[in-house]
Parts: sequence; structure tokens; C-alpha cells
Amino acid sequence: MRTLIAPGRRRAGYTATLVVTTIVLTAVFVVPLLWVVVSAMKTAVELARVPPTIVPETWTPGTYAEAWDLMDLGRYFVNTIVVAVGVWAVQLAVDVPAAYALSRLKPVLGKGILGMMLLTLMMPAAVLLVPTYLTIADLGLLNNPVALWLLGAANAFTVFLLKRFFDQLPVEVLEAARIDGAGQLTMLWRIVLPLSRPILAVVSIFAVVAAWKDFIWPLLVFSDPARQTLSVALQRFAPDTPVNLLLAGLVLSSVPMIGLFLVFQRHVLAGLTAGSVKG
Amino acid sequence: MRRRVAENLAAYGFLSAALICFAVFSWYPIARGAVLGFQQVDFVSDPAWVGWENFERLFADPLFATAWRNTLLFTALALVFGFVVPFLLAVVLNELKHFKAYFRLVVYLPVMLPPVVAALIWKWMYDPGPGLLNSALRGLGLDGAAWLDSADTSMLSLVIVATWANLGTATLIYLAALQGIPGDLYEAAELDGAGVLRRLWHVTVPQTRFVLLVLLLLQIVATMQVFTEPYVMTGGGPEDSTVTVLLLLYRYAFYYNDFGTASALSLLLLLVLGAFTALYLRVTRKADA
Repeated sequence: MRTLIAPGRRRAGYTATLVVTTIVLTAVFVVPLLWVVVSAMKTAVELARVPPTIVPETWTPGTYAEAWDLMDLGRYFVNTIVVAVGVWAVQLAVDVPAAYALSRLKPVLGKGILGMMLLTLMMPAAVLLVPTYLTIADLGLLNNPVALWLLGAANAFTVFLLKRFFDQLPVEVLEAARIDGAGQLTMLWRIVLPLSRPILAVVSIFAVVAAWKDFIWPLLVFSDPARQTLSVALQRFAPDTPVNLLLAGLVLSSVPMIGLFLVFQRHVLAGLTAGSVKG
Repeated sequence: MRRRVAENLAAYGFLSAALICFAVFSWYPIARGAVLGFQQVDFVSDPAWVGWENFERLFADPLFATAWRNTLLFTALALVFGFVVPFLLAVVLNELKHFKAYFRLVVYLPVMLPPVVAALIWKWMYDPGPGLLNSALRGLGLDGAAWLDSADTSMLSLVIVATWANLGTATLIYLAALQGIPGDLYEAAELDGAGVLRRLWHVTVPQTRFVLLVLLLLQIVATMQVFTEPYVMTGGGPEDSTVTVLLLLYRYAFYYNDFGTASALSLLLLLVLGAFTALYLRVTRKADA
């Protein structure tokens, strides 16, 4: 397709631009990550050297296992997975039926309810920090992952995305099922959900990634070190952990997200453009 | 008629869990936040109405002005890097027909990292001694910088991290928008004798105006709430040069247990961000209509 530069004119500067772009993007985005992965395998003494060695003189891949044991990362992985999976499950269980009701059943006041939900999107998250924290405390949910699950369920963006998708489902299919005597729950479970796989994938990935990346809410909710998520624990350990072990911990805690991205890249990137902004 | 009643019953059944979650974790906190700003709240005694006292305490705090100045500096610098760079990058990537998948993968990789991980990685790379940045600069024959250790460069250093970590999102959204521009517009402009820069300014920019504006507003709202980078990397220092509004809010609430003053600061933040949010609403509403 025709873009800014005409196809015929492209040849001269094209190769140069391609090479420069490849080098710059690799240097900026890939090299630092590789640098961390490799540096974690240097000894603490070698890491302090100026200028740094590029290839480790002594490879100590055991750092990763050592970091896992020293920081008890297994525990924080479990904590983080409990939060992320819980956020995902509760968000879908709560928001899918809600979006279906708003989209298909059009209840009295439905528009008003949707409006009230979307209003929360316009509230900067930071503004609600203190009152939401105090509400969580009042409910006795501090140091309890349930607080984050329920907080995640009150996600207007998810409701909005799901509702918009349900709005576009073919009426005929739903009508046919209704005439066959299907109840609303059957309709949702048997007809709507199988048709909605693409949007469910997008919403699921959003939910898990957001929960894994979140820092401020786990920081506020989990004052008990034993319950903290990886992000909260790592920043707590950072000041007094040997650098090579800390780096290994940082790499290990990022692996699930990077893996998720590599596997579901198409869904992640589709969600990005389907989501907030229309072209 | 009976069907309507049944559907309404079913609908409210389906909505009930969401209504409870929104009520408890969104709507009630919004209302509560407005009241808290005018109360004295700690965990010791019952909340008491104190009028404007919390606001007066804020205005008397020398860090209050510092925090706003730092936050505005962060937002301004983040706009220079985080708004212009992804757009230009997207324009370049849109011209390239090779390695498309690689470029997309690479710019989005940091977005997948937990922000705490990105912050700690950069904190280590910023180390003026053995850190990667200064080592690379010295390798090029340049002097290194003090990065996080100097009040002059600390905020800039945080902006670089935030931009590095988030640039992928904006780039890919712009890239999608660029692909929606009809090719004949460029052809027509070229026939009219418009060079590359004029085509960029008179075709590309107007055609992506809506996306540019939306991301600009979203970015302002997001960067004014910056917290993780200063909290993890500098703790507000050196010399309070990275104390942001949110960091100050956090200190009031969770160091001093002064939830009233923290809420007063929230309300001021809401006032400022509300203007941008209202603008965002108007822009997107217009596009919907």
C-alpha cells in the first residue's frame, strides 16, 4: 500500500533506514534485557568491575537457582499467581454477565448503570487511592488477595469492551435459541460465550498482565511480607541483595509475562488497537 | 409484558455482582474521597470535620510546591519523549517492509515487564561506576553522567525509564492508525509538489489527529500520577528532586497516617486532571457521534 514515501523512490535510503532502525531498536530494547540475563551469571566481584566485562569470565548460571532459594521466590510466585488468576476469574465471572445484561437484556436504567460505570474510567486511579484503601481496611480485606480480585472486577473498561462485542452479535442466532426455549443462563453459556472467544481472549490477557504488572495496590494491601507479590517483594529485597542475585530474581519474575507475550502476541497486539482507541 | 419483567429480573440478577463490586470499590470511594478531604482521619480516633485545615496544611508544606513542580517537569519531559518519539518511530516503521514482526515484538517487549522490574534494571544500569550507561558513554569517549545521583538529572533519568517501558503501546497504536490513511492522499499531495516533510505535516498528522489527541490526553493524565519509578528508584531524592504529587500523597497517607491531608491532595489532583479528562470525554464523544 502507498505510504508516506512513494514505492519507486524508496530504494536509495531504504536499506540505510532499515539497518539503522534495526540497530537502534535492538540496542535500545533488546540489549539491556540480554545484558541483565547475562550479567546475572557473573560473580558479584566481576559485576562491580569498571569497565564491565561483556562476556562473563566465570559463568555462574547457578545464580538463578541461588536467587530462587535466597529470596524464596517460589512463595512470591505463588502469591502473584493467586492474585493474577483470581483477578482474571473474578473479573470474567462478574463482568461477562453484567455486560451481557446491559447489551442484550437492556434492563430499565441499564444506560444509567453503564454511564455510572464509565464515569469511573474518568476518575484518575490515584484520586481513589486513599478512600479505596480505607474501604478495603474497613472490610477487613488487608493482606487478603480477595481485595485485589474484587477491585479488579470493578473494571469499567472490561465491561465496555465486552458489551460492545455482545452488541454486534447476530440477533438471529440469539432469537433462534430463545425460541427453542433456552433460558438466559443457557444462552449466555452455550451461545454467547462460544461466539465471543476473541474478545474473551483479549480481556483475559489484559486482566492477567495488568495484575502481574500492578505495583501500587499490592504494595498497599499486602503489608505482611509473606503474602506479597513478586513486584512488592523484589523492591523490598533490592537494597540488601547482592546484585547478581537481584538481577536473576528480576529475570525470573519477568519470564511468565515475556512467555505469555511470545505465545499470545497476536491477541495482545489486537487488544491494544481494539481497545482504547478507534483508528 | 411478562417477557420484559422476566428479562429485567434476569438482567438484574446478572448485574448484581458487578453492581456490588462497583458500588463498594468505585462509587462509594469516589463519594468518600470528597468527604475525607475535609476530615481528620487516622486509625486512632473517629473522623472529625476540620473544614479547610487539610488544605492549609498542604499549602504550608514546602514540599507541596516542589511536588507539583517536579510532577509538571516529569509530564513535560515525558511528552517530549513519550509523545513525539513513538509517533516518528511509527512513521518510520510504517515505511519499512522488512522485519515488521521483529520491530513490533521488540518495541512491545518492555511493556510486558513489571514496572518494578524495569525500574530496578534501570537503577542498576544508571550506576555511575560499573553501570551499562556510563560504561557505554565512556566507551564512546564521552563523560558519564550522575543520573539518579544528581538533582539535575534525576527527573530526566526517571522519564527515560518510563518512556522506555511504555513507548511500545503508543508506537503500535499510531502504527495501526497510519495504516488507515488512504494512499491516494499521499499521491495527490505529491502531485501537488509536496515534499516528504510537507506530506508528513499536511497528510499524516491531520489524518491521525484524533488518535494523537486521545493519546496525548491519556498520557498527560497518566504521567501526572507517576509513582512507581520515583518510589522504587529514588524515594523522592536527591534533595527532593523526584518527590512527585503521588509520592507526597503516599507519604501523607502511609508514613504519617494523615489520610485527611492525603485526600485533600487527591482532590487537588482531581481538579487538575479533571480538566484534561473532560477534554478527553469531549473529544471521544464527538468522534462517537
